[in-house]
Amino acid sequence: MIAADSAPPLLGEAAGVAPLLEVRDLHVEIPVPRGRLHAVRGVSLRLQPGESVGLVGESGSGKSITLRALLGLLPAPAKIVGGTILLDGVDITGMPRRRRQRLLTDTMSMVFQDSLTALNPVMRVGDQIAEGPRRKLGRPASEAKRIALDLMAKVGIPEPDRRYLAYPHQLSGGMRQRICIAIALSTDPRLLLADEPTTALDVTIQAQVLEVMDVLRKDADLSMILVSHDLAVISQTCSRVYVMYAGRVVESGEIRALLQDPRHPYTFALLRSVPDPDAPVHRLLTIPGQPPDLIDVPRGCSFAERCPFVAPICVASEADPELVVLREGVDHASACLRWQTADSWDQVAAQSSIEGPQ
Amino acid sequence: MTSTAFAFPGRSIEAVPARKRAHRTNVPLIAGLIMFGLIVAAAVFAPLLAPADPLAQDILHARLPPFSPGHLFGTDTLGRDVLSRLLYGARVDLRIGVLAVITPLVLGTVLGLIAGWRGGWVDTLIMRMVDVVVAFPFYVLVIALVFVLGAGTGSIYIAITLVGWVAYCRIVRGQVLVAKEQEYALAARASGLPTRRILFRHLLPNVVLQAIIFSMSDIVLTILAIVTLSYLGLGVPPPTPDWGTMIAEGQNYLTTQWYLTTIPGLCVVYVGISLALVADGLVQQFNRR
Repeated sequence: MIAADSAPPLLGEAAGVAPLLEVRDLHVEIPVPRGRLHAVRGVSLRLQPGESVGLVGESGSGKSITLRALLGLLPAPAKIVGGTILLDGVDITGMPRRRRQRLLTDTMSMVFQDSLTALNPVMRVGDQIAEGPRRKLGRPASEAKRIALDLMAKVGIPEPDRRYLAYPHQLSGGMRQRICIAIALSTDPRLLLADEPTTALDVTIQAQVLEVMDVLRKDADLSMILVSHDLAVISQTCSRVYVMYAGRVVESGEIRALLQDPRHPYTFALLRSVPDPDAPVHRLLTIPGQPPDLIDVPRGCSFAERCPFVAPICVASEADPELVVLREGVDHASACLRWQTADSWDQVAAQSSIEGPQ
Repeated sequence: MTSTAFAFPGRSIEAVPARKRAHRTNVPLIAGLIMFGLIVAAAVFAPLLAPADPLAQDILHARLPPFSPGHLFGTDTLGRDVLSRLLYGARVDLRIGVLAVITPLVLGTVLGLIAGWRGGWVDTLIMRMVDVVVAFPFYVLVIALVFVLGAGTGSIYIAITLVGWVAYCRIVRGQVLVAKEQEYALAARASGLPTRRILFRHLLPNVVLQAIIFSMSDIVLTILAIVTLSYLGLGVPPPTPDWGTMIAEGQNYLTTQWYLTTIPGLCVVYVGISLALVADGLVQQFNRR
């Protein structure tokens, strides 16, 4: 289930290819009545041209906010308060707003979670696809329509000529999400941002939509950032993954390494909380408690409170532990101070009280 | 984010498919349109329908009761045919009512769109202007404006537009604040469409409905305002027939010729009911989607 043909990022770098997108130490804050909610706390990402990476984490971990910050579409009071975003090696954070927005929308497109609200309810879907080529790329109307029909066929919509005239509520969820993908592709982006694109769909349709996205992505040599709470979805389409918790990246790396050998207790718990068909006797793990308060962040590692393997060292320092590369030359980093103890985690988990009911 | 933290892929919920409801007959909409259509038709065809010249006086046959031969609703104090005056009055009142609602509707909608979308100081400026207008009672402001501008239909248009736009501005701004955080608005922004395009092609069709529904009841209020102004002598100058002037002229004879005030009053009520039904029907029609 792993996208085998995408090149490992280290090879890309060795070949001297500049990253398409690089985010360094991004901080996003949202002013709230009680103070300032630190929604994203120092996230760094790197994305090579043609590469597809996943962003995984639970609700409120800051993954969607990170994505919206990249596109300059943060909801009203939220603000980027630190960090740099480099597009093709150029720092865009200092640019005038209009120019930056222009550059961002020229490079990126976004696919949203809920295709019903992501489409304009009072506009024909075909016109919504043709709108980008017509208004943004300035193509003549007839050509824009042809592009739209082409894209509809490509994303697997039967009878594009007829569906062109449909309104969003007349299509099924899967069809609507395909339309959204067509819209995202209509402006020739180089980077596709997908915010839980399959969460609102049922499983069989999920697989189809992921398949369509993957094929089209490889066809056009697009890069993609896929946000999901579901590691299974990410492992189907991404070569690398960033695991987010409480506004920080807690583990990152090549997807296979991370799935087989998680080196952060949060990733470990995420993996053990879904049934594994190969180990039917496995008990499912639940993670007790709640994510920390991001207005008044507790001392030390933010996962410490819920971590089954917590030790005094975890809360010894004021700040969260930094993400460190585990082995030189291998694309795998963890923010756990005790990542070396990971081999014993399965045993500890089996004995400790954190295990779920049988 | 609607997803739970550790959902297994198999647990995702299928999006609710678009509901296909059977098309029921929209009774209020049809009834309202028929009622309003009838009075509009009566106004349009007034020259054909009116049994007499609405301005022709005939002192010898003044104050005839309803159902007199040749005068279905009787005659007024100057012997003018009441039915004819009602029909011609409908032309004046409906025309001003509809026109005096369209300009504030357009003005208020555009300003509301801009205020809601831009936010910041633009929003503050526009909404403070709204506050200023809202601070005065509607009639006080309209009457003062008409008084300054001088009685007549032109002044009525201007006065009602200057006062009426605030309601539309508030309605549309509120809707825009909600709509601009909807994913389709984000999607439009994310695809880098020009602002004008996003505002008028994507947001406007989704927010204007509330304003249009409000305008239905606003037409009634406007007709009432015209009637009130005419009653106060600030509206349509005599001898042009209009319902307000008719009510004003008839009030001295309320005990003897009650129909002189009651019949035009009922006309106002009739228009009010018909438009209220249309508004109700529109709400129903669009909630079906």
